[in-house]
Amino acid sequence: MSFFFYLAAAVAVIATLFVIGGRNPVHALLYLVVSLLAVAGIFFMMGAPFAGALEVIVYAGAIMVLFVFVVMMLNLGQATVDQERHWIQMRYWVGPGLLSAILLAGLLFVLGNGGTHPMSMTEVSAKQVGIHLFGPYLLAVELASMLLLAALVAAYHLGKHD
Amino acid sequence: MSAILDWFTAHPQFTAALIACVKAIVILLGLILTAAWMIWLERRLLGLWQDRYGPNRIGPFGLGQVIADMIKIFFKEDWLPPFVDKATFVIAPLIAMALMLLMFAVIPVAPGWGVADLNLGLLLMMAIAGLEVYAVMLGGWASNSKYALLGGLRVTAQTVSYEVFMGLSLMGVVMQAGSFNLRDIVEAQHGLWYIIPQFFGFCTFAIAGVAVVHRTPFDLPEAESELASGFHTEYSGMKFGMFFVGEYVGIVLVSALLVTLFFGGWRGPFIEAVPALAFVWFALKCLFFMSFFILLRAALPRPRYDQLMGFGWKVCLPLTLINLLGTAAVLLLSGPGA
Repeated sequence: MSFFFYLAAAVAVIATLFVIGGRNPVHALLYLVVSLLAVAGIFFMMGAPFAGALEVIVYAGAIMVLFVFVVMMLNLGQATVDQERHWIQMRYWVGPGLLSAILLAGLLFVLGNGGTHPMSMTEVSAKQVGIHLFGPYLLAVELASMLLLAALVAAYHLGKHD
Repeated sequence: MSAILDWFTAHPQFTAALIACVKAIVILLGLILTAAWMIWLERRLLGLWQDRYGPNRIGPFGLGQVIADMIKIFFKEDWLPPFVDKATFVIAPLIAMALMLLMFAVIPVAPGWGVADLNLGLLLMMAIAGLEVYAVMLGGWASNSKYALLGGLRVTAQTVSYEVFMGLSLMGVVMQAGSFNLRDIVEAQHGLWYIIPQFFGFCTFAIAGVAVVHRTPFDLPEAESELASGFHTEYSGMKFGMFFVGEYVGIVLVSALLVTLFFGGWRGPFIEAVPALAFVWFALKCLFFMSFFILLRAALPRPRYDQLMGFGWKVCLPLTLINLLGTAAVLLLSGPGA
């Protein structure tokens, strides 16, 4: 099992690197889809199949489709690739690289201090997720639904013909 | 001979895995053959309804037509146009075919026959259906031509819209059965098929299913009168063949899902006495829905694109939501907690 975990994790990391370094926006988005699928695979391995399935349905299947859709509609072609080539130069890597290195150092420090606990292998069923969402986390669910409702109203207003 | 049998009985885990693999391969081959022969079925039935013969030259009833077509499509030049985005152009038909086949894995064909027995089977099916959009989308984009791109845009908008209530329309069934597992759902339809309590769910799911596999009357992405043939305009040879057969696999899949979720799956009279009848019932019910989808193509004209989107969001989505709330209310009032 841990072999497959490292395999999925490696796929996720490498695909994400291609997302950042890629010049063609559609290819970059497709690598992001691959990365999300790999993360979903990790969820399945950790005994959270519901979260894994939702990751695929919501992120890979819905949100990324809209991203690709917009990029497709713009369909900028070679011009964007040239622009990206111009943008992705060594000196632009310094700032983000430095900030990421700080985060990595923090992560390694936490991991090194033994603040970890072994991966739980108990399977969380859809029913348990539902019970928790409508039990202790009800307030968070309601807040999220209010936020989405506000977004819906705003989108309706923007899309209205007048 | 007996030594081989002894070895298999001594390794029960290996034997079980081997049997499961063989069953999966049998189901896969059966699915592909069914999908291929559906092309023949469609052409013959359309011929029948339009007062002509359809393909009747090769083999009895023209059954060999599919073999002839396959040989022809295999020997066609597989041309890669110079203006396409090569990697995505090649990968799109693979996604179309592979994901459709993968979705069939969760369907119980008969008791004990099915590729995967997953607790979240229906949810996994929805997840793969969500990824299926990429095939047509990438096919349309990578072709780098106007018609293909327009077809790709249309199919994306259509599929994303219809998938929303495709999932919601199934939640009534899930609530009644209390499980995402398709085997449990078939078991739960003992006595009463879900077509009766979940009639609106059935209607909306059938409509969404036709829209997601973009068959007539919802085949606007490949409307030949306005868009050449939409997202697969630039495809030729076997790559086109994969899109084409993938669509028929999709019809078989939607029929199988309708049968499993609303028509009792392999349930039917006399299955206790003759267990082999279970598959026969399943196949007959599937055949009924496959013919029904062909009849839809023969009978209905294509709507306008805005009518299609309006129908989805303004009629089907509210209907599924009402169905969902109604089912929840009935279950809550009649449940053990009430």
